[in-house]
Amino acid sequence: MAYGTKVLDHYENPRNVGSFDKNDPAIGTGMVGAPACGDVMKLQIRVNEQGVIEEARFKTYGCGSAIASSSLLTEWVKGKTLEEAGQIKNTDIAEELALPPVKIHCSVLAEDAIKAAIEDYRKKSGKSADAA
Amino acid sequence: MRKPIYLDYSATTPVDPRVAEKMCRYLTPDGEFGNPASRSHSFGWHAEEAVEQARADVAALIGADAKEIIWTSGATESNNLALKGAAHFYQGKGRHIITVKTEHKAVLDTTRQLEREGFEVTYLDPQPNGLVDLAALEAALKPGTILVSVMHVNNEIGVIQDLAAISRILRPRGILLHTDAAQSAGKVPVDVNALGVDLLSLSAHKVYGPKGIGALYVRRKPRVRLEAQMHGGGHERGLRSGTLPTHQIVGMGEAFRIARAEMAAEGERIRGLRDRLLAGCQTIEEVYVNGDMERRIPGNLNVSFNFVEGESLIMALKELAVSSGSACTSASLEPSYVLRALGRNDELAHSSIRFTLGRFTTAEDVEYTIQLLREKIGKLRDLSPLWEMYKDGIDLNSIQWAAH
Repeated sequence: MAYGTKVLDHYENPRNVGSFDKNDPAIGTGMVGAPACGDVMKLQIRVNEQGVIEEARFKTYGCGSAIASSSLLTEWVKGKTLEEAGQIKNTDIAEELALPPVKIHCSVLAEDAIKAAIEDYRKKSGKSADAA
Repeated sequence: MRKPIYLDYSATTPVDPRVAEKMCRYLTPDGEFGNPASRSHSFGWHAEEAVEQARADVAALIGADAKEIIWTSGATESNNLALKGAAHFYQGKGRHIITVKTEHKAVLDTTRQLEREGFEVTYLDPQPNGLVDLAALEAALKPGTILVSVMHVNNEIGVIQDLAAISRILRPRGILLHTDAAQSAGKVPVDVNALGVDLLSLSAHKVYGPKGIGALYVRRKPRVRLEAQMHGGGHERGLRSGTLPTHQIVGMGEAFRIARAEMAAEGERIRGLRDRLLAGCQTIEEVYVNGDMERRIPGNLNVSFNFVEGESLIMALKELAVSSGSACTSASLEPSYVLRALGRNDELAHSSIRFTLGRFTTAEDVEYTIQLLREKIGKLRDLSPLWEMYKDGIDLNSIQWAAH
């Protein structure tokens, strides 16, 4: 399969690879996909007190398009508020990376990952607010 | 840019230069370009001589008589002719056929068509090592079973089926045995009498011959009858009409002659390279070999690199020409049906790579491949959340994954 130059760039030089401590209250973790389907994405965000994403990290098991989709996402969410990041659409990712139709599910997975990470952060911070 | 290292000999092989040189002599005005069916002049006679020499060379590689070889366009056509031809001819005797889930699509799609025509087909599960369970085969036989089709060597995992043992079950019952030998001819000894097969499909381009030519062996003693699928000028004893492509046939004959002369020495050399590659792979953690390593052709290595997805691995190995068991590359998101049939879980089936070595593979190619694998597997595992979880001691089976 021939890949677009943007997919290849993110695949060759993935941005923000790594992991944060998922027990840190400032961290939201989203893990989506399934090994049986051939892709699993883990996306983590570090959120400051103003609700702005300061940093993001990812690890992805999957094809080149899945790796590129999650790598791109970590760049896009940095500096965005949770509300802004939650509005990123899979079609934006697919368009930016020029994904072919058979790879659209990779961008859907990336959208699911950021939504899951935001939800995880909100759940955790909600709890910690109750405790305080 | 340097060409990638070719390690996909089970997909196709380059034409041996000796074969190409000979083929060129059967095309141009100063060569033997005649129609082998022309009986009225020397152009035809010379072409016919060349075709018959090639027929003898192909027959010799499989221990057959030249009269038992029918030219076709390749193993796919041979499989179609054998299965449909025999099923149609013998349907008065019975309408049940047995095959295996790990067969090539050229067999499986043909039996699906026969099912649509009203035949009943049993698809056997292989054992986890890829070999047919003889007891299961025997148990699947019915009074109306007319034909069993089991490939000699599997294209993905390279395992060699025990056709002689299968034949011993079928012969006394008068059931025909067909085998797709596209992946075994020229790689392991094939003798139609020792194996006890009645129909055997061959392809030239897996044996350093040209694409577009193949053959079907059809046993004469006891005689096996087929209903023709291609009608026309009555070529090939009426079983396969169409003008014979002399240059293609000459190429297949020469390729099979060379294979017969060089197979033993070449097999040993390739086995040495394959075993070196296997040893190199086994220095990496969490590597699983797919298929039996004992009953296997010398040039095949199929391994799963756990926690690394096959398509991304193929991208990382762009300096290598290999194929992935994960059919992601062919736009379907299903992992290899062959590996699934062996009972491999989806993760391992998604993580497999098939290396097939051949005549022009060198020791340097293999050393470079090992070095590249070690580097790229490490890089992709650094990216893999599954590897991270494995290293943290988390059982991936304990996780509730959201299938999508």
